[in-house]
Amino acid sequence: MKSFWTRFSYNRGAVIGLVILTLVIATAILAPFLFPQSPWKMVQRPFLPPFTQDGLPLGTDALGRNVLSGLAHGAYVSLLVGLVSTIVALAIGVPVGAAAGYFAGRTDDALMRFTEFFQTIPSFALAIVLLAIFQPSLTFVIIAISIVSWPPVARLVRGEVLSLRTREFVEAASLSGLGNLQIILRHILPNALPPIIVLASLMVAQAILLESSLSFLGLGDPNIMSWGYMIGAARTVIRTAWWLSFLPGMAILLTVLALNLIGEGLNDALNPRLTRKSE
Amino acid sequence: MIRFILGRLIKAVFILLAILVFNFLLIHAAPGDPAAVMAGEAGAADEKFLADLRANFGLDQPLYVQLWLYIKGAVQLDLGYSFRQQMPVAEMIGDRLPATLLLTGVAFVLSLVLGVAAGVAASARQGRWGDTIISTFALLFYATPLFWVALMATLVFSVWLEWLPGFGYSTIGAGYTGLAHVLDVAKHLVLPASTLGLFFTAIYMRMTRASMLEVSRLDFVKTARAKGLSRGVIQRRHILRNALLPVITLAGLQAGQIFGGAILTETVFAWPGIGRLMFEAINQRDYNVILGVFYISAAMVLLFNLITDVIYVIVDPRIRLTT
Repeated sequence: MKSFWTRFSYNRGAVIGLVILTLVIATAILAPFLFPQSPWKMVQRPFLPPFTQDGLPLGTDALGRNVLSGLAHGAYVSLLVGLVSTIVALAIGVPVGAAAGYFAGRTDDALMRFTEFFQTIPSFALAIVLLAIFQPSLTFVIIAISIVSWPPVARLVRGEVLSLRTREFVEAASLSGLGNLQIILRHILPNALPPIIVLASLMVAQAILLESSLSFLGLGDPNIMSWGYMIGAARTVIRTAWWLSFLPGMAILLTVLALNLIGEGLNDALNPRLTRKSE
Repeated sequence: MIRFILGRLIKAVFILLAILVFNFLLIHAAPGDPAAVMAGEAGAADEKFLADLRANFGLDQPLYVQLWLYIKGAVQLDLGYSFRQQMPVAEMIGDRLPATLLLTGVAFVLSLVLGVAAGVAASARQGRWGDTIISTFALLFYATPLFWVALMATLVFSVWLEWLPGFGYSTIGAGYTGLAHVLDVAKHLVLPASTLGLFFTAIYMRMTRASMLEVSRLDFVKTARAKGLSRGVIQRRHILRNALLPVITLAGLQAGQIFGGAILTETVFAWPGIGRLMFEAINQRDYNVILGVFYISAAMVLLFNLITDVIYVIVDPRIRLTT
C-alpha cells in the first residue's frame, strides 16, 4: 500500500487532480447544507453580475436564480451520474468481457460481434435517441450513458482474461475442481483489476462530459439542476451575460481534468510496466 | 482485396439491419401509441389522423409484418414522414447532409494533421518544456466540453473581436456567387471546424506521442541510429511510418465520435447539417427525424470505417486480410 501511494504521488498532476476532486466532492456533499433553498428558486433580480452583492458571490442567472447554489447542486448531479453510470457500465462490460475471454470460441465471437455493434454505431446519437424516446429522467440519463459506455470495458476485460486463463495458477484452480464461475471470480478477475480501475476513472470523466452534453441539448432531467443545463440555458444570453456560460463550463473542465489526472496517476501506480492502452 | 471489401460490406449491412430492428423496437417500446410516436406532437390532436397513420403503416397488422414493412421502406431510403415539417425525412436529411460532411471532413483532416504534427513534435522533445506545453494543451482540450469550447469561441472571436462569423453557413441575403460564395462559406466554417477539430487533435496528439515513443525504443531504430542516419531521417522514415498505424486505426474508430461532436458543434454554430436537424427534432419531439438521422449517421460511420480499412491495407500490406 505504501508503494502505491509513493508511486501515485510521484505524479504531481495526479496529486493536483486528487485535491481538485476532493474539493468538488466536498462541495457536492455540503451543497444541501450550504444552500438549503432549491437552486431553482428566484432570489434576486435577474442578471446580477458576480461580486456585486453579499450573499450572492457569483450573481444570478436569467431567472434570478443563485448561480453559486446551482453550481454546488450541479456538482452533486455530475458526480452521481458519473459514478453510477460507470458502475452500471462495469456491471455490463465486465461479465461480457470475462465470458468472451474465458470461454473463447463461439461465445467469444458472438459476444464480441455484439460489443462491436455498440462500438460502431455513433454513441452520442444513440444516447440522444434513447433519451428523446423515453422521458428524460435521472435514471434514464444514467441508463443511456451506461449503454453507450460499456464496450471499452468488455474489450479490456476480454483481453486481460484471455492472457490470464492459460496461466498456471488458473490451471491449478481448474484441476482442484473449482467451477468456471469460481475461477473467473476468485482467480482471474482480481488479477485483471488494476487496468479496470484505471479505465473506470477515465470513464467517470467521460460520463460527466456526456451528461453535460445531453443536458446542454435539453435532454437532462428537467427537475435537476446540472452544469450542462446551466450552460444550455445561458447560451442565448451569451452576448450580455457571458459569465453564466463560462462558470459552469469551468466547473466541468476542472472536474473532468482532475479525473483524467487521477487516472494517469492510478496508471503509474497500478501498472508500472504497462503503457496506456485504455483510450 | 475484393473478398476483404465484400466481407466488410456484408458486416456493415448486418449492422445497419440491426439498427433498423433497434429503431423499430424503440418506437414500440416508447410510452404510448406507436402511431402517436411516429406522428410526434403533430398527431396528438387529431384522432382520424392517427387512424390513417395506423392503416398506412400497417400498425393493425402483426409485429413481424410491421418490421418487414419498416425495413423494406428504410432500405429504399424511405425514412418516414416528418409531420412537423410536412416533408419526407429522407429529403430533409439529404438537404442537410452535405453541410455535415463538409464540417466533419474538414475537422477530421485538420485534427489528424495537427494532432500527428504535435505528437511528433512532443515525442521529439520528450520530458522537456516543449513536450510539457503540448501535452498540457492536449490534456486541457481532452477535458473540455466541446459545446462549451464552441460557445467560448463564438464569444471571443465573433462577439468580442468580431473577426469571424459565429452563426450559420453563409451570409444571409448577401447573394454571393462563385469564388465569393466559397470564401464566405469558408469564413463561416473556420470556428465550427476548428472547435470540432481541437478535441480530436488532442486525442490524436496523445496517441501519436505514445506510439512514437514506443516505436523509438525498438531495435531497428537503434540499428538506424548505429548506421549514422540523422535524427530527422530516423524520425520521419523509421519511427513515424510505423507509429502512424495505430493512429489510423484509432482515427477510423473515432468516426462515430466525430459525428457526435458535430451534433453539438452544429447546434451552437447554427450550422445547417444533420446534427442541427437532430437538435431541432429533439425540441419538437419529431421521432421520425431523430431515428432517421441516427440511421443515416450510422451508415456514414460504417462507410468511413470501410474507407479507413482499405487505406490501412494499402499503407501496411503486412496486415492479413481477415474480416
